[in-house]
Amino acid sequence: MIAPLSWLKDYVDIDVSAQELQEKLFSCGFEVEELYQVGKDISGVYVGEVTECEHVEGTHLSVCKVDCGDKGTFQICCGADNVKKGIKAPVALEGATVYATAKDHVTIEGVMTIKKGKLRGIVSEGMLCSGTELGVNGDMFEGGDYNGLLILPESCKNGEDVKPVLGLDDYIFDISITANRPDCQSVLGISREIAAVLKKPLKEPDLSYKTVKESDRKVKVTVEAPELCPRYIAHYVKDIKIAPSPMWLKRRLALCGLRSINNVVDITNFVLLEMGQPMHAFDLNTIEGSEIVVRRAADGEKIVTLDEKEFTLSHDNLVICDGKKPAALAGIMGGLNTEIKDNTKEVLFEAAKFARDSVRRTSRSLGQHSDSSAIFEKGTNEYTTERAMKRALHLIEKLGCGTVTDACADVKTDYSDTDVKKMTVKPERINALLGIEVPVNVMADILERLNFGVSPAEKELERLLNTQNKEKVELELTIPPYRDDIFAYPDIAEEIIRMYGYEHINGTFMPTGKITNGGYNDAQREVNRIKALLVEEGLYEISNYSFYSEKDVDMLRIPEGAPERNYIKILNPISEELSVMRTFLAPSMVNAMLRNLKRGNYEGGAFEFSKVYIPKSLPLSDFPEEKLMLCIGMWGSANFFDLKGIVENIADAINTKFEYVNGERPYLHPGITADIMCDGEKIGWLGSVDPVVLESIAAERPMLIAEIDYELLEKHAKPFRYSPLPKFAEAQRDLALIADSEISCGQIEKEIYSACKYVTDVRLFDVYIGNQIESGKKSMAFNLTFTPKEEAFTSEKVDGFVKKILSNLKFRLGITLR
Amino acid sequence: MQDNQILDTEEIKAKIKEAVKDIKSSATLREIKMKFLGKTGEINAMMKKLKEVPPEERPTMGKIINALREWAESRFDEFESAVKKAELGERYKREKIDVTLPGRQRKKGAYHPDTLIVNELVSVFAGMGFEIYEGREIETDYYNFTALNTPKDHPARDMQDTFYLGADYLLRTQTSAGQVHVMETKKPPIKILSPGKVYRPDDDATHSPMFSQMEGLVVDKGITLCDLKGMLDEFARKVFGSGVKTRLRPSYFPFTEPSVEVDVSCFECGGKGCKLCKGTGWIEVLGAGMVNRAVLENCGIDPDEYTGFAFGMGIERIAMLKYGINNMKLLFEGDVRFSKQFRA
Repeated sequence: MIAPLSWLKDYVDIDVSAQELQEKLFSCGFEVEELYQVGKDISGVYVGEVTECEHVEGTHLSVCKVDCGDKGTFQICCGADNVKKGIKAPVALEGATVYATAKDHVTIEGVMTIKKGKLRGIVSEGMLCSGTELGVNGDMFEGGDYNGLLILPESCKNGEDVKPVLGLDDYIFDISITANRPDCQSVLGISREIAAVLKKPLKEPDLSYKTVKESDRKVKVTVEAPELCPRYIAHYVKDIKIAPSPMWLKRRLALCGLRSINNVVDITNFVLLEMGQPMHAFDLNTIEGSEIVVRRAADGEKIVTLDEKEFTLSHDNLVICDGKKPAALAGIMGGLNTEIKDNTKEVLFEAAKFARDSVRRTSRSLGQHSDSSAIFEKGTNEYTTERAMKRALHLIEKLGCGTVTDACADVKTDYSDTDVKKMTVKPERINALLGIEVPVNVMADILERLNFGVSPAEKELERLLNTQNKEKVELELTIPPYRDDIFAYPDIAEEIIRMYGYEHINGTFMPTGKITNGGYNDAQREVNRIKALLVEEGLYEISNYSFYSEKDVDMLRIPEGAPERNYIKILNPISEELSVMRTFLAPSMVNAMLRNLKRGNYEGGAFEFSKVYIPKSLPLSDFPEEKLMLCIGMWGSANFFDLKGIVENIADAINTKFEYVNGERPYLHPGITADIMCDGEKIGWLGSVDPVVLESIAAERPMLIAEIDYELLEKHAKPFRYSPLPKFAEAQRDLALIADSEISCGQIEKEIYSACKYVTDVRLFDVYIGNQIESGKKSMAFNLTFTPKEEAFTSEKVDGFVKKILSNLKFRLGITLR
Repeated sequence: MQDNQILDTEEIKAKIKEAVKDIKSSATLREIKMKFLGKTGEINAMMKKLKEVPPEERPTMGKIINALREWAESRFDEFESAVKKAELGERYKREKIDVTLPGRQRKKGAYHPDTLIVNELVSVFAGMGFEIYEGREIETDYYNFTALNTPKDHPARDMQDTFYLGADYLLRTQTSAGQVHVMETKKPPIKILSPGKVYRPDDDATHSPMFSQMEGLVVDKGITLCDLKGMLDEFARKVFGSGVKTRLRPSYFPFTEPSVEVDVSCFECGGKGCKLCKGTGWIEVLGAGMVNRAVLENCGIDPDEYTGFAFGMGIERIAMLKYGINNMKLLFEGDVRFSKQFRA
């Protein structure tokens, strides 16, 4: 919300600096996003009177003597066509800063510092300025847009600083208004807060006007959609004389960033800025049947708005119609066909309350926004609607641009709400919520400053406080008619503390609260433990977006109909890249690895703990399953067994063992893929990304990936228990075996375990394939641990176990001792 | 003659001296020692020859031989220690390394900055009795908005855009959505901390469509705004440094009333004003307030009996402030050059 300091001063005697006001507003809940001085780039410019002016032959220049009062008299060369003896104009003296303009004298190209110099050999001790050079246009100051000198009024004093004269010492506040305070989206609205915080009275704007009796014209308004238009006020003004607005009005609009159009349109814009109530003016001669109908548009109905855009409407859009056609898009913009023109003679003013949601939806669905719709979307109140109409009529009269008649209509529908709202609060409860003791009379004072009606009044309140138990005192409040954010005592507590000052809140530590036990639960602690393990393994934890693109799933060659394709789609994604919820983590991990490779990070490992989202039905009719998954990626020189080693460490960490069987995934190398099994259940997989996939994404290094269903993993975690140390010494034996190359390590291990119940560990320590042994065969060396249970083993006994193991291996797998 | 042969101790002494003269290795020395003092060494051989000597001479002769043995043993000990000392000197010289060569580290990985911050926050709040609750990320309109006093037509709906997944389902825009689930199932005293991912359709240097928040909620009898302040003071001191202060200023959230923005005094400049705090001396870190009565009522908690406060902060914002990260996107790119820096 934009508010010029000069305008705010109309309603409150502001006796603090702009910066102090900024801090005051901040303290009571209004953050000034930007505070800037209108003429911040202009300095050292004074009023000067041209006392002599001689044209320099053969040039466009004149050489002038300029009287700058106490600053001195200066010789200045000037090329403007309107320079002459006797005029007063702004003079930029040596060291002054003004805007530098392009050759056209209109386009601002930056700020320049004035130096003494010579023009065509003639000394010039400064510069006579145009409006543009000072950042002033015709709406800011009379003559401001003339392409020549800015002529100042004779009343200006020579040598006087030009900034106050031109209003360049003004400040503009850009204030952020929270969603609960739509009543503050106007200069007057924020002035109420300023008055309260500065403890000054508010000077209300003049709403008075006189009417003449109108017998010919009748104003007829029908509201057919009261749920979208709770209130509609229309007033007929005749004898309209369309003319430019006076300077003060143009200037106000200009400071707020609006262009002056003409007196009638400017009045509606002025009221919007001043009071926060959008208004509209229809040329009554274009209103067929001289009647207004507020209704929902017919499906397919069309309107062309003031900015000459055509819209096709639907039942959801509210329109203001005359007897036949839509004349305005309610709350958003008027229609081109009923616009105010230079020859307009009769005007129908509109001030209405439109349902905020209706304006918002229409504005969004049509993509048509305006200052008016911005205000309606945040919310308006009928108290202001009534006053805004009066204010507009007052200005019509003040500006002499028409005759206000008594012909009007004020439709209060069933949805209208102008009831005075009252509530009773106990100061004691307010203090109990705040945790401090704000004196009751201070509360009453704050509330009165905020325009609440407070009963009992001051004296009676004092008497009660002196005679009664303080805890019994109650305040009966009348809520200001423009406040629709006050419902219960905490709302009053907020009003009080924001004016009383949050610096009064001193930290306490829940003296009345119960002691509770805090921290992570077991499951959360487990996740942290696994994360710690993976970090120890040298992996980096990364976080990818929870959404990806169907293209990412295509990249991993996931077939149609696969469960990974059963994803929840975002209805309004910001891009196709981020449009479906993840069903598995591998695509994001592959992309992260690829990003690293593309940036020259040729070696690395990463992991991600994140949820995937599995719908129970589509479209969603129940909460989907949010499943925590763990994904590990390694790229560069790591091989399958590096990754498998990490996965094995995870098994150790949860005190269990995984088994690995050949697996299959559409994006993994068919020969280098294993399913991870735990207690017979598949809990994940790991493998090397298929070279075809790597080639398709131009990955220059191999990638490995593991994905584990964390919830299944957690399910198989076994509680850790100490097992007693063996009573008898364990025996070790190394066996070097020759096996067919197809036989897997897992098969051999299984066979060894089943051949002897005393085997407690089988560890492969060497594999050899080469000329030392027959082709098609491999040599594998195992270290076996035998743990005695009942009695110590003799060497002969262990030899016996080995014999049994070897014979089983030979019989079942054709394995021989090397 | 025989006697002389047996007792020529001077000759043996000379032989020993000659034998060890240039010995540099303790192994060779040991061999030589064995030659003289071993079982079959020369001195033992002398002893054996004693029986050929007349019995009356044997004691004298024995003494002489023993004296020789003692002499030889002590000489060999001397030689040995000298040789060992020389050998050790050689070894030290040989084994000397370049201590400035790089150490052989087993490189650790690193946590994501969000995890570091969450763990830090959890440890601060766990000490104050907060349990950790992880809510769902896909919510219904009711839990994300309506129950939090933000019904369909509420102006606050405009404060944040939302990703929709269906007529009623959406990606939560705030961890506050979890508040309602907690209060529906748990009765006061409630003290929960809820970290998690949230989603809003924004994407630029300071906004990401996915980011993380940490929500805190306390509901009990007699909880006040001062209690909120006290807890936040503690949080600020622990997370940003012992000298850091907090400041409350009025704000608006539909689910709290009164609502506040919470600033901490700039931990970079101590509040004097610097680049980090944009010269204000204060840094905005979170939003908070007293739980709105309507929210308590929606969750079946009597607002006349209980009050509470809630606060919510952006994890990435805290991480960016604390570590000086200038672009939020870096947190979601998985670039290991970024990750490596958090190997603390």
